[in-house]
Amino acid sequence: MEHIISVTVENKFGVLSRVAGLFSGRGFNIESLSVAPTLDPSMSQMTIVTSGDERIIEQIVKQLNKLIDVIKVVDLNETEFVSRETAIIKVHTKDVDRAEALRIVDIFRANVIDSTPTTYTIEVSGDPKKIEAIINLLQPLGIKELVRTGRVAVAREPVRQAAVQARKVARE
Amino acid sequence: MKLTGAEIFIECLKREGVKTLFALPGGVVLKIFDMLHQQKDVEVILTRHEQGAGHMAEGYAKATGKAGVCLVTSGPGMTNVITALADAYMDSVPVVCFSGQVSTSLIGNDAFQEADNIGLSRPCTKYNFLVKDVNDLAATIKEAFYIATTGRPGPVLVDIPKDVSMAKADFTYPNSVSIRGYNPTVEGNKWQIKQAAEAIMKAKKPILYVGGGVVFSGASQELIELAEMTQIPVDMTLMGLGAFPGEHPLSMGMLGMHGTYQANMAMHYSDLVIAIGARFDDRVTGKVSEFCPHAKVIHVDIDPTSIRKNIHVDIPIVGDCRTVLRELNQILRATVNGEQKDLRKPWWDQIRDWQQAHPLTYHQEKEGPIKPQQVVKRLYELTKDRDPIVATDVGQHQMWAAQYFKLAKPNRWLTSGGLGTMGFGFPAAMGAQAAFRDRLVLCIAGDGSIQMNMQEMATAVVNKLPVKIIILNNGFHGMVRQWQDLFYEGRYASSYLDTTPDFVKLADAYGAVGLRVKKVGDLDAVLKEALATDKPVIVDVPTYPYENCYPMIPAGGCNHEMILEDPPELKMKQSGGTKVTPEDKDTVLTA
Repeated sequence: MEHIISVTVENKFGVLSRVAGLFSGRGFNIESLSVAPTLDPSMSQMTIVTSGDERIIEQIVKQLNKLIDVIKVVDLNETEFVSRETAIIKVHTKDVDRAEALRIVDIFRANVIDSTPTTYTIEVSGDPKKIEAIINLLQPLGIKELVRTGRVAVAREPVRQAAVQARKVARE
Repeated sequence: MKLTGAEIFIECLKREGVKTLFALPGGVVLKIFDMLHQQKDVEVILTRHEQGAGHMAEGYAKATGKAGVCLVTSGPGMTNVITALADAYMDSVPVVCFSGQVSTSLIGNDAFQEADNIGLSRPCTKYNFLVKDVNDLAATIKEAFYIATTGRPGPVLVDIPKDVSMAKADFTYPNSVSIRGYNPTVEGNKWQIKQAAEAIMKAKKPILYVGGGVVFSGASQELIELAEMTQIPVDMTLMGLGAFPGEHPLSMGMLGMHGTYQANMAMHYSDLVIAIGARFDDRVTGKVSEFCPHAKVIHVDIDPTSIRKNIHVDIPIVGDCRTVLRELNQILRATVNGEQKDLRKPWWDQIRDWQQAHPLTYHQEKEGPIKPQQVVKRLYELTKDRDPIVATDVGQHQMWAAQYFKLAKPNRWLTSGGLGTMGFGFPAAMGAQAAFRDRLVLCIAGDGSIQMNMQEMATAVVNKLPVKIIILNNGFHGMVRQWQDLFYEGRYASSYLDTTPDFVKLADAYGAVGLRVKKVGDLDAVLKEALATDKPVIVDVPTYPYENCYPMIPAGGCNHEMILEDPPELKMKQSGGTKVTPEDKDTVLTA
């Protein structure tokens, strides 16, 4: 089963290779991995999409925790979470296709971020299904290049806790 | 006052209480060696190969329980020490390895003797550091020792570029270390420990399965108390030998692939496995799906990843073995009564039956070829009063040593378990001897494996490390030959060594003492002579070449299905007309 694991790590040299090396050395899957600094510049946030049965996921979480540069590991599948991915798609567009491309962009609430007489570069964000859908629709026009960020995800705030917090804010 | 990186390095070693450094110089670490040369607090033992330095640090660490320290140069120095680091990583040995690196300005330029030390050592160290600024050096070394020796111990590498060892900085040594991503759990979960105690009270056929974690956490006393109080038999892993006294009536000896019959049978038929500081290695579990089919499993380990990695665990307890056992004993002391003894009487009757049915056996004829087991047994009997430290290499001789050398105390057993590194024993023995100059240190080796680090004999002679090497010389890579006899129809592909050096002359050439046992009747006399010598000694013992190590569970086999002796066709081959001798090698290959 697919799991999204959120990993907070030290933002320093070599950490990515430690995490990647752990996955390759132990034969775990990585479907996607994204990493960027957090609000605190001394830490980075990784989102790893992986798959495996319950025992493998347990090992992945434990092995990640064992890495000294790893500060926190959360298996997001244990809670509710929201996830997003961004894709940038460069499509060939001839005369008639240009209007079609724009219609597709409109339907998916995507953006055209660069344009030449023969191409559009389209940016789209959403869950993986949405990205797949727009790719499928654009494919007949001719996709010249495609880059995807891999997924990022965050746990949903528990409703009760959010309510308590809101009250606290209101009081203040 | 400002100190150079090299001086800071030495100051740090002193603060960490390091007395001995196993080292081999090279271009980028010359500044450090130059400073080492001008001080007396840290003894430098110059090895002949970096792998030797690494294993010596391991031997030192295993015997003392403190971190072993080695220093190597960049490039080939680093690649040579990798085997020792990988070995230490598998067997959780606290080693701090310092490697030289080319100057920071040259890193990545393919400079002379440059290697990516961090990249090379990453999968075989617990952690590694590249020190880019001399101002970080002291704090980094403090962290390195802290990480190596706490939690589940392991090797840590500190890579020091040449310019960092030359640059100057103010020296302050931190008093404590705090790493936000590293907080090993020491105390076990109290509720889980209570569950474990209850399970132990109720169990009819419990077995203790103890490993190296007990040795490293210093939990032997607690283990003995637990076993005696509850009258539970104790199985030891290869790494756990010595954690429980080998001659104790509750000791079942070693379990696993070449474990004793009773140890493996007790494991298979138990209803409660109490695993302490062991990791359910495949050499212990055999076929995982049929491992301990009737048992509930309690698993105490400081490393959470060890738990539920290979087998299902019912009561996991993450924590330091000693701390957890103390707590467990405290609960049990209040609850254990005479009832458990009655409850477990049938279990003990069964175990005694197993013990009597298939004890460890071999047959030594009075005038016949020397049996390797006989050598280990006599060595044990002749030395046990001197509380020796015993090192081994890897192979048949290692298994015979594990079976017949019944260690009374922990930290006396230096062997390569997880990685199975041939060539480990001799340098490891030297590391232990360097820590304990007055103790008796033995190295039981094979004629194949001793040649893998033979060059260190020079180190032993120069540094007056009087290790006693006993070579069980069968002319073969014995364990390989055994597998070929059992599973490859006796085709001895590359297992026959054809020519081995004359070890007596070799010892002599190095300035050590060489002795040979010519017949079994001389065994005691020669061993006694070796033990009475105050120099390094090689005792070459030509042994029966076709002796096989039993019991044996074939790889992936089930624990209660042991091979207890040579199968009939093999016996016939060895006793009958088709007897194979090394001289017949060609016939064997063409047969």
